[in-house]
Amino acid sequence: MSKRLIELNNISKSFNGNLVLDELDLYIRENEFLTLLGPSGCGKTTTLRIIGGFETPDTGSVMFNGTDITSLPPNKRQLNTVFQKYALFTHMNIEDNIAFGLKIKGKSDKYIKDKIEYALRLVNLEGYGKRMPDSLSGGQQQRIAIARAIVNEPKVLLLDEPLGALDLKLRQDMQYELIRLKEELGITFVYVTHDQEEALTMSDTIVVMNQGYIQQIGTPEDIYNEPENAFVADFIGDSNIIDGIMLQDELVMFLGTKFPCVDTGFGTNKPVDVVIRPEDVILSPPERGSLNGVVTHLIFKGVHYEMEVQAGGYEWLVHSTTMYPVGAEVGLSVDPFNIQIMNKPASEDEEAVSIEE
Amino acid sequence: MKNKKDRTKLMSGPYLFWALAFIIIPLCMIFYYGLTDRSGAFTMQNIMSIATAEHSKALWLSIGLSLIATLICLLLGYPLAAILARMKNRSGIIVFIFILPMWMNFLLRTLAWQTLLEKTGVINSVLAALNLPSINIINTSYAIVLGMVYNFLPFMVLPLYNSLTRIDDNVLNAAADLGANGVQTFLKITLPLTIPGIISGITMVFVPALTTFVISKLLGGSKILLIGNVIEEQFTQTGNWHLGSGLSIVLMVFIIFNMVISAVFDKNGEGNVL
Repeated sequence: MSKRLIELNNISKSFNGNLVLDELDLYIRENEFLTLLGPSGCGKTTTLRIIGGFETPDTGSVMFNGTDITSLPPNKRQLNTVFQKYALFTHMNIEDNIAFGLKIKGKSDKYIKDKIEYALRLVNLEGYGKRMPDSLSGGQQQRIAIARAIVNEPKVLLLDEPLGALDLKLRQDMQYELIRLKEELGITFVYVTHDQEEALTMSDTIVVMNQGYIQQIGTPEDIYNEPENAFVADFIGDSNIIDGIMLQDELVMFLGTKFPCVDTGFGTNKPVDVVIRPEDVILSPPERGSLNGVVTHLIFKGVHYEMEVQAGGYEWLVHSTTMYPVGAEVGLSVDPFNIQIMNKPASEDEEAVSIEE
Repeated sequence: MKNKKDRTKLMSGPYLFWALAFIIIPLCMIFYYGLTDRSGAFTMQNIMSIATAEHSKALWLSIGLSLIATLICLLLGYPLAAILARMKNRSGIIVFIFILPMWMNFLLRTLAWQTLLEKTGVINSVLAALNLPSINIINTSYAIVLGMVYNFLPFMVLPLYNSLTRIDDNVLNAAADLGANGVQTFLKITLPLTIPGIISGITMVFVPALTTFVISKLLGGSKILLIGNVIEEQFTQTGNWHLGSGLSIVLMVFIIFNMVISAVFDKNGEGNVL
């Protein structure tokens, strides 16, 4: 694996007495696309702003390439930021926006001109140099903001919900654009979003955060397939989260039925959260399922049908390509390796506790 | 559709009447008086009389003192507005305190300065008690500029404050992110983005300062005549409405010139407080 470029050690930060980050540890490797994912108020933007130098942590240190940069102001850091609402300079045309950082650094006119041309080509906006930011669409302004950042050849590009203000189609296009950019430039991306689909599409590594704590760090596949707790399971995609009891290794009971599973090491008769993805629930005629239930809702979603099935006293969310009408009796079953078992949080308050590595 | 439009038009009726009675007709009367002599014949004499030594001196003095007062307001007001804008939500009470004197009668405020500045006034009494030399600026141009700055400073601060608070924090963060230090960020980002506020503030200080006659009368004594005093004299003492109107028209040209400049710079109406 490539070396660690940025390290956050023991970072805490509070605003007006509200603890936003609590003893956060995180490292970012060179050339990786790392996404900080979580609901609003989880501390992801604060983390990014601490890396960018716009906030100073109350405790802890930020290391960049082995040097402590905790108290270094933003204009002295070797990284650039793409802000949430673009933050373009509205009184300058596109060229001057892109050239801003280079002019500050005193680059030659020829160098700046070449860079502007290169950057505009990179974001597919050739010929827009003389336009004013206000005359561009949101997606175009976003791309200019990216161009303005990357002409400075930063080691790291920080992106704060850059696609948040765009409509769905444009957002999907921009996701591919960003992946392409990252590959062409070969620099590290740190990306903040609350959109799990964005995170799954683009990231090498996803950091799921909640209430100032890191919930899980892993590849998109890890995060989706092996969520470490109920929060992650619920936040990434839809999930059925059911109270259960781990009877023994590889056997769990929930909704009054015993299910074989593949998890071990929870002990015996231990209360756990059972997480099952809606697409992992198999519907069949009643006699063939582990549980019997009745379809209560049915929505056509395009690639699949979304159904709610009342079974065993729980309303199951089911995604299936086979349609059962409302009121139909069905059998439910789940393959053992699709049942995720998680420890329950010790108390309601600790729903957000940091997980041990 | 047409009906609805007509009804909307009807709603502007009362104001149109007001404008006609109290703005358009008086303006026409000023132009009538300004362009005629006592016998009612057309003449440019009233307007051309601005060229006489006495009148042109008053006009240039007015312009000079107004420009100085405007510049001082800008230099005092910009940092103040910047501090207020940075305070965000907490600035409300301070802006309120700042505007509070404006609720006092304009005349009263200026009279208060007269009392403060008099040769045996409050300031000199305090200075004398402290064995410091007295200051004698009452009835000088200094006192007039002081009065202008004191009275019109809020009109400079408010548009500046408005345009400063409109700048997104992230725009300033972006400048820092791209390597600009504090001074560079101010010169290249903050200052250009607040030009509408600056122009609006300048207009709102310069225009009333140029036309004032109360401040110069109370703080300048009878020795210093501004163009406002000359015009006032024509109406209240000499009774020559024709000359007074003629000079008013000249003054109007300067004000309109200033307004045009500010309209060109402030297309979005950003700096406007009113």
